[in-house]
Parts: sequence; structure tokens; C-alpha cells
Amino acid sequence: MNSVAVSGKTGSPAGIGLAPPGKAGDKVFRLLTWLMAMMVLVLLALVGWTLCKGSALSLTRFGWNFFVHSDWDPVNGDFGALTFIYGTFVSSLIALLIALPLSLGTAVYLTELAPGWVRQPAVSMIEMLAAVPSVVLGVWGIFVMVPWLRDGPYPLLLKYFGFLPFLRGPTTGFCILSASVLVAIMILPIITSIAREVFRAVPDSQREAAFALGATRWEVTRLAVLRYSVRGIFGAAMLGLGRALGETMAVMMIIGNSDKTPGSLLSPGNTLASKIANEYAETLNGLPLSALFELGLMLLLVTVVTNILAHLLIGAIGARQPRGA
Amino acid sequence: MNCMTKDTQLPALKTVPSAPAPVPPAAPAAAAVAAAATFDVRQLNVWFGSHHVLRSVSLEILPKAVTAIIGPSGCGKSTFLRSLNRMHDLVPIARVEGRITLFGEDLYGRGVDATLVRRRVGMVFQKSNPFPTMSIAENVTVGLRLNGLRQKALLLERMERSLRMAALWDEVKDRLNANALSLSGGQQQRLCIARALAIEPEVLLMDEPASALDPLATAKIEELILQLKLDYTIVIVTHNMQQAARISGHTAFFYLGELIEFDQTNRIFTNPKQKQTEDYVTGRFG
Amino acid sequence: MNRWYHHWRKIKSSCVSALCLLCALVVIAPLALVLFNLLQKGASSLDLHFFTQLSKPVGETGGGMANAIVGSATLVGLAGLIGVPVGVLGGIYLSEFGSPRMNWAVRFAADILNGTPSIVWGIVVYALVVLPITGYSAYAAGLALGFIMIPLIIRTTEEMLVLVPNSYREAAFALGIPHWKIVLNIVLKTAGKAIITGVLLAAARVAGETAPLLFTALGNDYWNHNLSQPIEALPHKIFIYASSPFADWNRQAWAGALVLLLFVLALNIAVRLVTRGRAPHLAR
Repeated sequence: MNSVAVSGKTGSPAGIGLAPPGKAGDKVFRLLTWLMAMMVLVLLALVGWTLCKGSALSLTRFGWNFFVHSDWDPVNGDFGALTFIYGTFVSSLIALLIALPLSLGTAVYLTELAPGWVRQPAVSMIEMLAAVPSVVLGVWGIFVMVPWLRDGPYPLLLKYFGFLPFLRGPTTGFCILSASVLVAIMILPIITSIAREVFRAVPDSQREAAFALGATRWEVTRLAVLRYSVRGIFGAAMLGLGRALGETMAVMMIIGNSDKTPGSLLSPGNTLASKIANEYAETLNGLPLSALFELGLMLLLVTVVTNILAHLLIGAIGARQPRGA
Repeated sequence: MNCMTKDTQLPALKTVPSAPAPVPPAAPAAAAVAAAATFDVRQLNVWFGSHHVLRSVSLEILPKAVTAIIGPSGCGKSTFLRSLNRMHDLVPIARVEGRITLFGEDLYGRGVDATLVRRRVGMVFQKSNPFPTMSIAENVTVGLRLNGLRQKALLLERMERSLRMAALWDEVKDRLNANALSLSGGQQQRLCIARALAIEPEVLLMDEPASALDPLATAKIEELILQLKLDYTIVIVTHNMQQAARISGHTAFFYLGELIEFDQTNRIFTNPKQKQTEDYVTGRFG
Repeated sequence: MNRWYHHWRKIKSSCVSALCLLCALVVIAPLALVLFNLLQKGASSLDLHFFTQLSKPVGETGGGMANAIVGSATLVGLAGLIGVPVGVLGGIYLSEFGSPRMNWAVRFAADILNGTPSIVWGIVVYALVVLPITGYSAYAAGLALGFIMIPLIIRTTEEMLVLVPNSYREAAFALGIPHWKIVLNIVLKTAGKAIITGVLLAAARVAGETAPLLFTALGNDYWNHNLSQPIEALPHKIFIYASSPFADWNRQAWAGALVLLLFVLALNIAVRLVTRGRAPHLAR
């Protein structure tokens, strides 16, 4: 037993040499951190206000016509967003159509089927894909994906499905469909990871109960997991859609940049985001600038609504963080 | 009166208090006869939200002695302990009413800084919690350093003194810069005791300090407590009745938020006044 | 009949399983493909010129992206100056002080901002800063990128701080240490590594952003000597060169893309390795 030295305590309540705690330190620190947290709210308000103020001119000038006209004519001062609305929604929906089944299948594979040693590396690789910058995928898209699509799948598509009204050639490959494919690649990781979380949230007891009834692997997945997860899957899809709607650089590099409403999926077009991006470095003021802000406002509203819907469906504010372009 | 050999230097021992002792002004803690109680608790009531956890508890804790708080789970032992160093201030839904004085000063009085209270009343927790990013030396001196004490010589001196008091010095003196988590469970708990002692409190509150430890480590802690009580007031919550019997001079039995009985330890265990106490110490429930 | 149906169910299940495996392969393939193509087409252009030379006019060889690389570093640094203090301190508020209502509002706003397309940030800063105050400048671009970092870092910081066990806070309070010192010296220190990884991931994210730069940094063929002047950045340069019709520039775009991707991937992998499987307060 170690010897216990005399404690030598003093009578002073605060002890020798200890600084009396001021109230000021706590108050100041709390205020400082509060201010920083408030910055987020300020930023959100700032974004909304700036876009509203910026688009005021265009809103008042064009009103509802803005949404149904497709002219974008800086020379004559006539602006309409129809092309871009069309491009945004069509490309995003097609991207979702492509990505959702692939992501769900992958999520099912990773949670239900994959052997243990495969899981972590596969998950890591998919998450790495999410980290790839948009412009890098754009470069790959321009020089690898589009030429391949143009020389391989598109002619086949036109040959067998060319009777459909929305598939008309010829095409340079820089078109809405190509942009949709690239965006699909970009939203695969987020849908997959949310879907995985949703599937993992299903308790094993559900699966075991289904197995005990003699169900096959697929039936177990269908009965126990998928049916349980419908809401979550919708949420994952919404999140993916939100990301797709805001995708800018990769789209801009692939979609062909045309202001005319595209007649077919294989025609060039533009989305809200890519159109805004396209106007960079122009000397902008007055009405053209205001019209651009209105496009931005629409883009913001559309992504905000999808994100809110997604969070409601997934149930937690702040699940994964969806990424912009 | 069958006086306990452990506490022979104390004045008249108190049973369940009815009339509180006269409250003297704050006295310098020179050694010898402190007739004043360390803690004078009167009509303490604690709520967590609408849940009435402690009901009208009144007792006195005596200086330079070990007082044990026993009772079944959920009886309010820890809640009582934590009101002695104003830890409930940190819980928004907690409400404390009643009067607690520390050497005559009202703990919950207007203008009393809870931080200063906690420097006088130290606490050791059930699960040892040395700060994980700090070394052994840094852990012991953290209370001093973060409260403004900078002189290295003084810090080293206090550190060694605290580690000796906690019966840990010989085991760690060669590796003071090792991470605190490299110690065993029992050593970590003694480290936490040293950390609490370093700021030189007058009271040490211990919330089941040995419940997570093996018997050997527990024995070391109990030995330590018996040494510490020569200089400190110690209040220990324990669910281990044998432990209470081994180390404490007085024991308070709580049940369902009420103080059922408070007496000298040997009386509580051999000749309790209340039936509930007897039922508990004989193992009929809890 | 029963036996046939049972076989059919099993076959169906196997087909679906195979399909799911196929999906997984399709999902993993793009990363491998992109990396492969980048290495194939870009690696050969990574010579000394690339890292040390400014861009040369079309037709001349030996051009590089030196100013773009330095510019990117500058911009990420500027963004960090804003993003890190605001994000970390804000995250501290949410974790250590906040009220349920305020916390919900801030988290909600942060999530919305995190889901906002970065081009929107570009035009917002264009209206707020570029037009009225500085013109195209490094300051404006750094500000836009910083704005993107703030909601990212505030979320990750809060998540990491909340993971610090309460017992450490309690022990520190019991020592009579003031609250703010507890937060800075004990809680923050314990979660420190994890918070830094959150910051690094945010930095990697903004390093790859191009859209906000279009309206704030403009681009610069030369070295930037003055932060209130336009500045070049790697993603922007890659974009310009890739969209151009010149083969030499396209080649450099591949190289630039390779450098950017390797940088981002390296940071992500490093972060993963440091925090793999460990709770933040145990990562030593």
C-alpha cells in the first residue's frame, strides 16, 4: 500500500492558485457558437432572398408565360424556360428510371446476398464513385461514353425502336439521353447507400420468419424486406432525383446545349442548371440576368421540394447528405 | 453508546435527525474538532420533469468520515449524491428544492457558483472515465490546469501527491506520459480518484466506485477509502451492503425516494429501527 | 405439380440473385472504367511541364496547369477560412448548447443547403459580391466554396461531438471546470480526429466543384497575384480544355482530370483508413 502523504489541504475554498471561474467565458462562448449556428439560417435566407430579388424583373415581365415559352432570345429580350424545364425533368426522370432498379438490385445484393468479404470493398467502391467530381465524369463522358453510345447502342436503338416518336436520329451523341445516362451513373451511389440502410433496418427476425415458412431467398427478400421498405425506397429515389435535378457540369458537357425544345431524346437540349452554367462569362445585366435568376429560383424550389419530400419519406432530417453538382 | 472504533475522534453521533445542528459560519478547515456537519440537508426534494424522485430527505453528513448510501435500484441514491455537488444543474428537466449547506454555506443560494461548489465537492463515478486523449499525468492535473494553475513545479508536486493519495503512484511513476487508457480498470478508477483529489476538494462523493471492478481491485479501492477518510468527508453510494458495512461509519437507507433510516452502520446492519431497513439488509428484497 | 412449382420458385430465386449480382457489377463498373480511362489517357501527360508551366496558346507544346493547381489550393484554403470556423463552432452549438427547436431549424436548413445545386451558390455570390463589390475574384470564389462547406461541416461536426460519451463531460463538470473550457479542451479534443476528417471530406468536395467558379472566379491564364482578381482552378481548367476542339488541350484535360480524381480519392481513402471501425473517441 502506497504511503499516503499528508494532504496539506488549505482552508481556502477555491484552492491555491485556481482562478475563479468567471461567468463571462461561458456567456461569450455560447453566444459565439450560437451566432455561427445562426449563420446557416442566414445563408438559407440569403440564397432565397437573392434569387427572388434577382428574378423580380423577369417575374414581373413574363409572369406565367415564362414557364410555357421556349424562346431564349437575349437580342429581343424574350425569355422562356420551357425547354429547360422539359430538359431538366426528362433527363432527371430517365436517369432515375435507369438508376433506381440498378441501385435497388445492388442494395439487395449487398445486404442479402453478398458474402462477408465482398461487402466492405464493394460498399467502399460505390462510395468512392460518389466522390468523383462532376467535371471528371464530364470529361469521361465527352471522350469515352458519348462516342461509344453514338457508335454502338444508339444506332441499335434507332433501328429497333425508331418508330417511337421520341426517338429520332441522327444524333451526335450529345443529347438528352446521354446526359441522362451520365446522371444515372452519378446518382447510383446515393440511392444505393440509402436503400442499403433501409434494408438493413429491417430486423432479421422478419427474414427468419419468412425462411421458416419455406420461402426461397427471393421470396424472403420480397416479403420481408422490400414490402417493409417501400417508404424508404421512395425516399431514396427522391434523394436521387434531387441530386439529378441539380447536376450541372457533367450535364453541361454532354447535353449538347441547345435552347430549342428537343424533338427526341437523341436531340441536344438543356436543363435549368446547364443553361445557367452556359451563360457564364457573358456580360449579364438587366433582363437577361433576371431571367437567369428566375431559372435559378426554379431550380432551387424544385430541389428543395424534392429534398423535403425525401427527408419526410426517410423519416430523419439529416440522413445522408445529398450532393449538388 | 457503542462507539465505532473507526470514528472515535468524532463528537456525538447522530441518529435519524429531527433537530438540525446549529449552523456555524464557514470555518477554516483546521484539523480537529469540526462540530459542524459537512452537509446539512433539509427537506430535499428532486423532480425529473414530473417524476418526484426524492421526497423530503433530511440528514447530516459528518466530516472526516465515510457515510454510505444504500438501497435498491431506483431508490434515489445517485440522485441524492448528485444534489450534493449540484450536478442536477446540468439536467434541464431536473428541479431541486430544499436546503443543502456545505460547512454552513447554502449550496443552492442565490449567486452561488456551481463551478466553485464542484471544486470543493469532488466526485468519482461508477464507470471510470479518464479522458481518453490525455496521458496519466495530464489526466491528474487537468482540473488544475484548466482552472488556471500553470506553474509546472506546482503541478508536478500536486500530481505526485494526488497519485500517492490514490495509491497509484508506485504503479505509474515510470509511465506518467502513457495514455490513461493503457491502465487496467481498477487503476483507471484510482486515476479518477487522483484526478478528483488533485484540486483539493473537501468532500469526495463516490457513486458505486467499485461496482465495475473485480474483487481484488475493489479491495484496493476500499483500502484507499479508509485512508482517505482521515482527511476528507466521503459519501459513497453502494449497492453492496457488505462494502457499506466494511468501510462506513454511518449508513443511510433509501427506498422509493425517501430516507427510511440513517444511523451508525453497525446499528443499521445489526439492529435496524425500521422494518423496511431490516427487510433490505437481510436480503428480503432489492 | 407441386414439385415442378417448387423447382420453378427456386429457379426464379436464383435468377433474381444473379440479376442482383449483375446490378452490383454494373454499379461498381463505372468507377473502375473511369479510373482506367483516366490512367490510360492522362497518365502519359503528367510530366514536369504539366505541373510547372502555365497554359500555352494552342499550337505550342509544353503547356501545363500549374496555375490551376495552385489556384485550386488557394481557393480551398480561402473556403476553409470561412467554412471551418463557422461550421465547427456551429456544430459545437448544436451539440453542446442547442435547444431542440433551434437545433431542428438549423439542421433542416443545413440539409436543404447541402442539397442545393452548387451552381445556385455561384449565381448568388455573383449577385451579392461579384457584381457590386469585387468583380470576378478569388475572394468571391472562396466565399462561394466556403458557403458550400459550412452546412457540410456543421453536420459532420455535430454528429461527431454527439458521439463523445457524456461521462467525459460529467467528469469534467465534477472537477469544477467552466463549461466552455470543457467543450474546447475535452469534448473537442476527444472528437478532434473525427471532426478533422469531416473537414477534409468537405475540402475534397469543394476542391472538385466547378459550377460555383463559373460565376465567381472566371478563370485566368496567368498566375494570380491578387486575390481580388480572377483566378484559375483545376476543375475549371479541365472543363475549358475538355470542351475545346484542340487535341493538345483535350490531352491536358485528361491529365488534369486524373490529378483531380487521384487527389479526391486519396483524401477519401485516407480518411476512411483513419476512422475505420473506430468510434471517434477511441481513435488515438
